[in-house]
Amino acid sequence: MPSLHELFIAPFTEFEFMRRALAGALALALGAGPIGVFLMLRRMSLVGDAMAHAILPGAALGFLVSGLNLFAMTAGGLIAGFVVALLTGLVARMTELKEDAALATFYLLSLALGVTIVSLKGTNIDLLHVLFGSVLALDDQTLLLIAANATLTLIVLALIYRPLVIECVDPGFMRSVSNAGGPAHLAFLALVVINLVSGFHALGTLLAVGIMMLPAAIGRFWARDITMMILIATVSGVVSGYAGLLISFHTGVPSGPAIILVAGAVYVFSLLFGQVGGLVRQALPRRHLEA
Amino acid sequence: MIARRQLLAAVAGFTVLVAAAPAAAAPEKLKVLATFSILGDFVKNVGGHRVEVATLVGPNSDAHVYAPAPADAKKVADAALVMTNGLGFEGWMDRLVKASGSKAPVLVATKGVKERKAVDSHGHGGADPHAWQSVANAKIYVANIRDALITADPAGKATYEANAAAYLGKLDALDQEVRAAVSAIPADRRKVISTHDAFGYFQQAYGIEFIAPQGVSTEAEPSARDVARIITQVKKQKIPAVFLENITNARLMERIAQETGARIGGKLYSDALTGDLGDATSYIDLIRHNMKQLTVALAA
Repeated sequence: MPSLHELFIAPFTEFEFMRRALAGALALALGAGPIGVFLMLRRMSLVGDAMAHAILPGAALGFLVSGLNLFAMTAGGLIAGFVVALLTGLVARMTELKEDAALATFYLLSLALGVTIVSLKGTNIDLLHVLFGSVLALDDQTLLLIAANATLTLIVLALIYRPLVIECVDPGFMRSVSNAGGPAHLAFLALVVINLVSGFHALGTLLAVGIMMLPAAIGRFWARDITMMILIATVSGVVSGYAGLLISFHTGVPSGPAIILVAGAVYVFSLLFGQVGGLVRQALPRRHLEA
Repeated sequence: MIARRQLLAAVAGFTVLVAAAPAAAAPEKLKVLATFSILGDFVKNVGGHRVEVATLVGPNSDAHVYAPAPADAKKVADAALVMTNGLGFEGWMDRLVKASGSKAPVLVATKGVKERKAVDSHGHGGADPHAWQSVANAKIYVANIRDALITADPAGKATYEANAAAYLGKLDALDQEVRAAVSAIPADRRKVISTHDAFGYFQQAYGIEFIAPQGVSTEAEPSARDVARIITQVKKQKIPAVFLENITNARLMERIAQETGARIGGKLYSDALTGDLGDATSYIDLIRHNMKQLTVALAA
C-alpha cells in the first residue's frame, strides 16, 4: 500500500512536468471558473463551446504558418475568436437572425475551415494535437501565457463585475440606469476568448470548455449567491485539475480527459446531492417553516 | 476547354506511344515481385535492366498492417518470380499466392540468415523478421536473390553475377562505414530508448542498444503515467537519446528531453523505404540515414 505522500504529493515533487501541468491547470481554473459562472448565468453556456470551435481556424492557420508555435497559434486563435464574436454580434443586431443562430453558423463555418486548414499541411496526428492539446507538455512560454491570461481575466472581471452582475439579474434595470452593459458584454466576450485560447493549449479545443462550464454548473448546485458560486466553481476547477492529473499519473488515462472527467464526476455528485436544487434534496420532504 | 482537353489527350496518347516503343523493341524482362520496398531495392540492384521489379507494400507503407487488394493478386499472377523476406514477415503471402493462382516460384530471401528470436509484440511467431537491419544479412539477401535470378533466367547469369558483386562491394563499404560511425560513439553512450522493435539485428551487429520504454502504451495521447515512466527509465539507465515516434507532440518530446537531459532523435526508418523525395530512397540511404540520426543523437 503506497503512502499518502506517494499517492498525492510525490508525483509532483518527483517530476517537473507534473508540477508544470498542475500550475497550468490551477491557473486555468482560476480564470475559467468565474468566466464559466457568468456564461451560465447569462444563459450562454453553449456559447463557450461554439467559440472554442471558432478559435480552431485561427490556431490552425498559426500552426500552418509556423508549426506548433505558441505565439502564432495564440494570435491566430484570438483573432479568429474575436472575428466570430464580432460578426455574430453584427448579424444578430442587423438582421432577423438571432444571436444563437448567427453564432451557430459562424462557428460551424470556422470549424470546417479549421479542419481543412490543418489537413492542408499536417496529418491527422497534428489535428489531434490542436484538438486535444497537452497539459503535460507546458513549456515556460505556454505556462506564462496561461498565467497572464488568468491574471488579466481576474483584473478585467473585477472592473466590469458590477455591470455584468446587474445585467445577469435584471437586464431591463441595467439598461435604464447605465449604458455600460454593451461595453461590459464585449469585454466579457473577449475574456471568454482568451480563456479558451489558454485552455486549448492545455486541454485542446474540444475540452477547453469543460474546465469552464462544468465547475460553473457545480457551483450552481451549492450556492445561490454569485460570489459563493464563483468561489465554489473555482475551487472545483482547481480540485479537478489536481485530481485529474493524479489519476492520469497513477492509472494511465490521458490527462486532459481525466481532468474533465473528474469535474464531471463532481458535477454528477452535485446534481444529486447539491444543496440548491439537487435531485435528492428535492425528493426529500421539506421541513416546514416554523414560527 | 474542349480543345484543351483534346490537346491533352493527344499529348498523353503520344507519350504512351513513345514510351511503349522501346519497351516493345527490348527483350522481354524478367518480372519479379518483391513483397516490400527494401527487398525490391535489392532485386533492382542485382537484376539491373534485365528484370522488372514490382512491390506489394510500397515505399512509406507498413508491411505489418498491409492488407492485400485484388490488384495485388494480379501482380502476383503476373510475376515470373516472387521474392519474400520470410521469417514470418509476410503472414499474408501464402494465401495471396494461392488465391492468385500463380505458378511462379516463391523464394525466401533470408535463407541462411542466422535467425534472431524476437522479444517484441508483433506476433511474428517468435522470429524477428527485420533481418535487413544488419548489413551482413543484407549480403545474404543479395546472394539469395542472385541465385534465384540465375535459376529463373540462366541467360542473364553473367549480368546478375557482375551486378551482385558490385552491389556486395557497396554493402561491404556500407558495413565498414556503420562500424566506423559506431566506434566513434563512446561505448557508454551506445544506447537509445525507442518504441521501434525493428532494430534487433542492428543492435546485434553493431552494438547500439535499443531499449523499449516499459509499460508505455502507444496511443495517440500519452498519459502522465507514460511520460513519468519514460523519464524515470531514461534517468535511471542514463540513456543519452530518445527515439519515440509514438509521441508525435513536439512539445512533449521537448519536455522529456529537458527533464532527462537526453537528446531527441530524428526519424529512424525500419520497414520501408521512403518515396522518391524522402531521406531513404534506397537500402543504402536508409542505413546511412539511420546511422546519421543515431550518431547525431549519441555524439558526446
